[in-house]
This record gives sequence, structure tokens and C-alpha cells, in this order.
Amino acid sequence: MSVLNPPRSTGTRRPSGPVGAGGHFSAWANRHRKWLFAAPAMIFVGVLIVFPLAWTVYLSLTDSQGSVRAATDFIGLQNYITVLSDTERFWPAVGRTLAFTGVALAFEVVLGMCVALLLWRPFRGEKWVRVAILLPLVATPVAVGMMWRLIFDPNIGFANQLLGMVGIPPQPWLSGQDTALGTTIFMDVWQWTPMVVLILLAGLTSLSDEPDEAARVDGANAFQRFFFITLPLMMPTVIVAILLRGIDALKTFDILYATKGKGGGSFHEVETLNVYAYGLSFDYNQYGLSSAVLILFFMIIIGTMWLLTMRKKAVGK
Amino acid sequence: MTVVTDSTTAAAQRTRRRRKPLATRAYKVFRVVALILVVLFLLAPLFWMLLASLKTNVDIYDTGKALLFSPTFENYANVLQRNNYFVFIFNSFWVAFVSTALSIVLGVPAAYAMSRFTMHRSALVVLMARVIPGVSLLVPWYYVFSNLRMVGKFEVLILSHMFVALPLIVYIMMSYFDSLPLELEESAEVDGLTPIGAFRRITLPLSVAGIATAGILSFIFSWNNFMFALVLSGSKTKTLPVAIFDFVSYASIDWGGLMAAATVVTIPIMIIALFTQKYIVSGLTAGATKG
Repeated sequence: MSVLNPPRSTGTRRPSGPVGAGGHFSAWANRHRKWLFAAPAMIFVGVLIVFPLAWTVYLSLTDSQGSVRAATDFIGLQNYITVLSDTERFWPAVGRTLAFTGVALAFEVVLGMCVALLLWRPFRGEKWVRVAILLPLVATPVAVGMMWRLIFDPNIGFANQLLGMVGIPPQPWLSGQDTALGTTIFMDVWQWTPMVVLILLAGLTSLSDEPDEAARVDGANAFQRFFFITLPLMMPTVIVAILLRGIDALKTFDILYATKGKGGGSFHEVETLNVYAYGLSFDYNQYGLSSAVLILFFMIIIGTMWLLTMRKKAVGK
Repeated sequence: MTVVTDSTTAAAQRTRRRRKPLATRAYKVFRVVALILVVLFLLAPLFWMLLASLKTNVDIYDTGKALLFSPTFENYANVLQRNNYFVFIFNSFWVAFVSTALSIVLGVPAAYAMSRFTMHRSALVVLMARVIPGVSLLVPWYYVFSNLRMVGKFEVLILSHMFVALPLIVYIMMSYFDSLPLELEESAEVDGLTPIGAFRRITLPLSVAGIATAGILSFIFSWNNFMFALVLSGSKTKTLPVAIFDFVSYASIDWGGLMAAATVVTIPIMIIALFTQKYIVSGLTAGATKG
């Protein structure tokens, strides 16, 4: 179709360029616009991903220790063996990553569904609630981490003051061996439940009212209508929310690093794979080992995503 | 709370009341209480941060002065003047602005092509960037850029933030273009415009709202990004999140100053969010309802 256009029309649109050349280029560009449009973004992302990923795979097969020892030796799968047999740092980090993601996601989806249902039908003051929901979402994670660090401070924090009012002894929160991970999960829930609320609310609003009305006429109560009508219809949206949030939760870094880094105690209680790999790379220059951890981490993420997409397809049918 | 009642809201509530008076009234009370609790839960921590930023450190340590204290702007003066936060604010703004603008230039046409020609596999390449843990890219980037002596330059920071922004923009714009009817464009082509001309003159002007959504969201994500700037910024290009983190020292924490710094980084982005609410919501939920 584009070839049939008279070159004159292209000339009038690009008066500055040479008419003939512009016409040829324009015709060529129109014919290949699919790749002309898509390629720059793909090349940009590709170069910034493919090459580093390939390098990470290569590094994971060497004993690279960065600037400390420039020359590196190819050591095959040794790093993977080291990492996979490391029950002190690696496996606990895998456990924490999955626990953090799983527990945070469970809370976020259940709470998010409750709040979305509360917001579903119009009400007075809706606008203000929407603002409240948006603010945690856009707040800078590092600032949020600092904020929680003050609130959960064992001595001067608001959390312990609050507990004091109801007669519960002060808790160590972020510094405690058993409480730290739970506390960071709480932070994640505070910041990201709103995102799940927004996604689910969008899903609820796009639902048709008819099945719900029909069930109402048939005498179903609110709980029955939710569990047998609304929830099944919402499943695809719920899976999308889990997928989007799950990927980010697996990769959580900012809040963990901000609350535990620099004087916030050791990372060990909240050391997820991301924090562990970051520390290995940029604090200890163990690039080889860190790359092996990252490749395994990446495989965990892809695996989780694949499982969820399968589930989504099954639900969609 | 607002007292003005939207007429449609009132109408909707009236119909509900007529249908089931008792249950609806009980639910309404429950709903008000629940929503107040939700709002409190979401806003109280931010309010606490704001309060602490207006206290002297002596008052912060005095738990008796939790709410009653004489506010001071000393912390803000200290943060902004002595710690050069105006420079960091500029850095954050510049990096977020340029990376967003460049990502729009690259991302919008890409999203258009991917939506129109259903290039799902190609889209997956770009969206992979959302899935890969940033650390695995940072190590090679850091190695390359430090060999090029470019670590600490704006270009590198902008490049790394584009990496966050571009997939976001492609994702949002793809679902935007999917929902845009193609007939207008096709009739423009029938009328003699080339396909690229139709894109430029018909589709682009129609996509301003979508581009605004994508742009605002990508600006926010870039403003908030911490990990890339932590490794790739230098003393002159430090962004706000990194500057706040540097504010913490190992020995003791100047809580008042720290909360002022945290407020300084959050306030601008919150103001932007308040004014662009509906764009942010539509961006965050883009593609979510199609299942």
C-alpha cells in the first residue's frame, strides 16, 4: 500500500529533505516500519541484557574475585558446587527469599481483595481513600525504609510505644533474629498492598453485574455470591496481580538494604538471594561465586513465573 | 472528609437501601470503620516521619513528646544547606527526566509496532528486563563502565534508569495501543497518508494520555530507584535515595535530619502523584483486566 503512494505527497510532508531521496527512504521506512519501530528498543534492552547475562554465565564458571585478582581461571562448575553445598548462607537465603515472597504475597492478595471489595461500590469520601492508597505506592522505598527504621527502633520507636500502651513488652523488631524477616514483610505489605488493591479494583469494576444480580435474585447471600460468583470471575486478575507483585517481591532490595545496611545490624536475618548476591559482588568482590548465585536465582524466578503463567492459562480456560 | 455528595453516588446508595435495608445499613457502618482503619494504617507511618522531621533529636528521644512538641525547621535547613541536597534533588530530577524522555522516544514506537503486528516474542525480550534481577546486570555493567572510566557520569546513570523505564513504557503503551481502534488510522491511509504518516498524525496525537501515563510512572520509578544509582553514581551525580542512605552513619543516627531527608525525597514525588492520580492508577493497572 505504501509503495503505491505518489512520491510527491512524501515530498510535501518533508520539505527540508531532498525530495527524491526522502521518497525512497520514506517508502523503504514504511515498508519496514514494523522492525524500524521495534528494533531500537529491542537492541537497547538486548545489548544491556544479553551481553551482561552471557558475562554472568561466564563469570560463574571462573574464580573471578574482581579487582583483587585480575587474572581469573576457568574452574567449571566448581562455584555451583560450592554454592549448592553451602547450607550456611545460600540455602537459608533461598528459604528467606521464598518465605518473604510467599508470606508477603499471601497477605497482600488477601488484604488487597478485602480493601478492593470495600472500595468497589461508590461511597462518600472515595477520593480521599484513593489518595491514601496511592501515597505508599509512590513513596521512595529507601525513605520508607528509613521511616520504618525509626518506627521500629527498639528504644524510641513508635511501634514499641504502641505495644507499651496495651501492656506488651518491647520487641526487638528489625534487630531480632526471629522478628526481622517478619518486620520487613510487614513493610512490604504496607507499601505494596495498595498496588494489589488497584489491580483488583480495576478487575472488579470491569466485571459485568449480571451474574451477581442473578445470584442475588436466586437468594444467595453476600458470602456465597463472593465465593461462587465474584472470586471465580476474578481469578485471572488475581493471577496477574500475583505475577506482577511476585516478580518484584522476589527481587526486593531497597527496603532490606535501607533498613539493615550501615549501622542497622547484620543482614543475616533478612538476607535474601538478592541481598546476598549484592554483598558477594560489591562488598566482597567474589564475582565468580556471586554470578553462580545470580544464575540460580534467575532460574528460580523463571521457574516461578512459568508455574504462575501455566496456572493463569489453566484458569483462563 | 468531603461533605459534597455526588448525585450518582446518592442514587446508587438509595437503590441499595430500598432493596435490603438492614444488611445494607450494617454493612455501611462496617465499611466506614474498615476504611478509616485502612487509611490510618497507610497514612500514620508517613505522618510519623513528617512529625519526626520537625522535632529536635532531644524531642525524638523523649517518648513523652510524641505528639506535643514545638516544631522546628532546623532539620530541613541542615539537610538542604549543609548537606547540599539541592544538588541531589537536581541530579534525581535530571536523571529521571532524561531517562523517561529517551525511553518514550524508543518505547512508544516499539510498543506500537508490537501491539499492531502482535509481536509477542519481541515484546517478551523487552519485558525480560522486568524479570531479571538487577544485580546480575550490575556486575558486568560496573566492570565495563569502570574500564571506560564512565562510572559516576550522568550518561551511565541515565542508561541504567532507562533500563527500568523502557520496559515499563513498552508494557503500558502496548496495552494502550491494543485498546485504540485501528479504523481511524486505516481510513487515514485510505485518504493517502503513509502508514508512518498515519502513526505520526493520527495515532500519536490520540495517545497523549497514554504517553503521559507511561511517562509519569516511569519518572516515579526512576526517581525512587536505588540499586543502580548506589553502584553507578559518583559524588557529583548522586541521586536522592543514595544521598539519604549516605546520611546514615555507622555510629549514631541523626534521626531528625534523616527524617527530614526522607521527607525531602518523598514530597516532590507525592505532589506529582496527587496531581496525576488517574494517570498513575491507569498505568499501574494497565493490562491487568484483560487477564
